[in-house]
Amino acid sequence: MNYLIEVKNLKRYYKVGTETVHALRGVSFSIAAGEFVTIMGSSGSGKTTLLNLLGCLDTATEGDYYLEGISVKEMNKDQRAMLRNRKIGFVFQSYNLLPKTTAIENVELPLVYNPSFSSHERKAKAVEMLENVGLGDRLHHTSAQLSGGQQQRVAIARALINEPAIILTDEATGNLDTRTSYEILSLFQQLHQEQGRTIIFITHNPELASFSSRNIVLKDGKIVHDSLNTNIASAQEMLLQLPKQDD
Amino acid sequence: MSVNFGNLFKIALRALSNNKFRGFLTMLGIIIGVASVITMLAIGQGSKRSIQDQISQMGSNMLSIDPGMGMMGGVRQDPSSMQTLKFADYQSIVAQCHFISAATPVVNASGQVIYGAKNAPTSVTGVNPDFLNIRKYSIADGEMFSLQNSKQLDKVCVIGHTVDSTLFSAGENPIGKIIRFKNTPFRVIGVLTEKGYSMGQDQDNIILAPYSTVQKRILAINYLNSIMVSATYESVADSAKQEIVSILRANHHLSDSQDNDFSVRSQKDLITMLSSTSDLMTILLAAIAGISLLVGGIGIMNIMYVSVTERTREIGLRMSIGARGMDILLQFLFEAILLSVTGGVIGVIVGIGASLMVQSLFAWPIFIQWYTVFLSFAVCTATGIFFGWYPARKAANLDPIEAIRYE
Repeated sequence: MNYLIEVKNLKRYYKVGTETVHALRGVSFSIAAGEFVTIMGSSGSGKTTLLNLLGCLDTATEGDYYLEGISVKEMNKDQRAMLRNRKIGFVFQSYNLLPKTTAIENVELPLVYNPSFSSHERKAKAVEMLENVGLGDRLHHTSAQLSGGQQQRVAIARALINEPAIILTDEATGNLDTRTSYEILSLFQQLHQEQGRTIIFITHNPELASFSSRNIVLKDGKIVHDSLNTNIASAQEMLLQLPKQDD
Repeated sequence: MSVNFGNLFKIALRALSNNKFRGFLTMLGIIIGVASVITMLAIGQGSKRSIQDQISQMGSNMLSIDPGMGMMGGVRQDPSSMQTLKFADYQSIVAQCHFISAATPVVNASGQVIYGAKNAPTSVTGVNPDFLNIRKYSIADGEMFSLQNSKQLDKVCVIGHTVDSTLFSAGENPIGKIIRFKNTPFRVIGVLTEKGYSMGQDQDNIILAPYSTVQKRILAINYLNSIMVSATYESVADSAKQEIVSILRANHHLSDSQDNDFSVRSQKDLITMLSSTSDLMTILLAAIAGISLLVGGIGIMNIMYVSVTERTREIGLRMSIGARGMDILLQFLFEAILLSVTGGVIGVIVGIGASLMVQSLFAWPIFIQWYTVFLSFAVCTATGIFFGWYPARKAANLDPIEAIRYE
C-alpha cells in the first residue's frame, strides 16, 4: 500500500548547553491519504518536534521521513521551502494572519511564492477558498475586523489554497471558545469527509480525539498508543447540543 | 530561481504604507542628505560658473603675451623690465598667425591725470582699436581713436567711466575736453561703457590712447609691455598659443636649448587656476552633505532592524508556507531600497527647490549639473542596498520554527 506519509524510527535530539535533549526517541508510523489523525501528547511529549518534522520545517537527527514517497532528509532548506509551498498547509493556534491585510490577500499568500500562478489566478483561487470555508462575505475584511473563529477560517483557507497533500494543524482550536472550536472542528470534518483531505491534528486536548479517524498518543518522545477510531463523533451535532446563545 | 519583482514591490509598498509616519521619518534622513548634496553642488558649481563668466567677460578667447624672465649680462631680470617684446613681434603675429581675429600692442604708463582743479591716479594704456574687441569694451559716447591716430602719434584718448566721473562734474560732457597726463595734453574723444569690477579690479579706471603716442611721447621707449590677441574661437586658443610661441621664438632667434624669453597665457590657464579653489570648496561641501546621506542610510538600517524584529512572526509564517531565504532577503532589501529611492526622489525635488530659493533670495549664482542629480540618485539606491542588506540577511537567516512562535 502506498502511504502518503511514512515515518521510520524518527529521532530528534537537541543540544542544550552540554546536555542532549531527546525530543523524539524513535517514532514510526504511516498515514494513508484521506485519514484524519489526531496526534496527542502532553507538554514535553515531543508533539511539537514531530509537527516541525512532518511539516518539513526541521530535519530529523536519525530515521527517515517520506512525504509522497520523497525522502525529506536529503533536502536542503530551499528544497524544503518549496515542498512546504506545494504539499503542506499549516494552521496555527494563533492564526498568524498578516496584520492590516485583507482576507483575500492573506489567503493568496502561499501562491505568491509559486511563480506558476498569476496575480489574477491567485485572487480567484483565494475567493474560492474563502467561500469554501464560509467566508464569502468577508473577502475584503482585514484581520482586525474578523473574530477569532473567522480568522482561523481565513487561516484554513490559506492552508487549502495550494491544494496540499496534508493539512497540519497545531492546536488549531486552542485559542477559541467551545462553540467556535466545534465550528472549526466541524469545518475540518467536512473537509475530511466531503473533500477527502488528509488532516493531521496536533493537540494536547484529549477531547478532540473522538472527532478524528485515528489517534496517536505520544509520551516522552515515543508512541504509546495508535488506534483507529470507528466511532467518530460529529462536531456538527455537538454544536447543536450546546445551549442556545442569545446573540 | 524565479523572483517576481511586481510582487516584491507590492509587498514592500504595503509594509511601508502600514507605517507611513515612521517611513517618512526614516526617509527624512535621505531627503535631507540628497537635498543638501544637490544644493551644495549647485552653489559650488554656480560660483565656479560665475568666476568663469567674469573671466570670459574679459574676453574668453584672449591670449596675453608678456616678456618673460631673461638674462641681461648674466643678471636675471624682472619680466616687467625686459625689453624683448617689440612692435615687430606684434606685426609678425598679425601677419603670420592663422588663429587670431584681433591683436593689439600694449604699453602702460601710470600716474596722475589732471583736468582743471581735479586730479586722479590712473593709468594710460597705449593700444590700438582692436583692444576694445579683445577685452570686450565698447564705446558709450563719442568714438574710438583709429589706426590713423596711431600713425600720427595723435594726443587723443578714450576714458573709462570712473575717470569720467572723477574728473568731470555731473552733466559735463567730457568729449572734446583736454586732460593732462604727465604734462602731455590729451583730447577726450570717447567714453567707455561701464564694465564694473572684475576680481577686485576697477575695469573702468582706465584711459586708452594710441599705443604709439604713449610709447613715444610719454614713455619714450622702443619696446612693448605686452601684446594682447584674441583667438578666432575659444577652441583654437591653444593652437594660436603654439603658433605665437613659434613665431616669437623665430623672431627672437632663440636656439632649441634656450628658454622662451616671453610667456603666452590664455584665459583658460587663468580659469584653471581660479577654478581649482572653487573645486576644492565644492568637494568639501559635497563631503559634508555626503555625511548626512550616510547618517540617513544608518537611519534606514536602524528602522529595518526594528522592522525585522517586529515582523518576526510574519517572516516565520512566510517561511512555513514556502518562502525561501532569498524571498525574505529580497522582500526586506526591496523595502529598504524603496525607502531610500523614494527619499531620493523627494530629496532631488527639495534640493532643486532649495537651490532655486537660494538663487532668488540671496541672488547667489547656482548651477545644477544634471549628472549630480543622477549621481545622488544612484548613491541613494546604493545606500538602500548597502544598509538594507544586513537587516534583510538577518531576516532571511531566521529559523522558521522559532520565528513563527516568536512573542
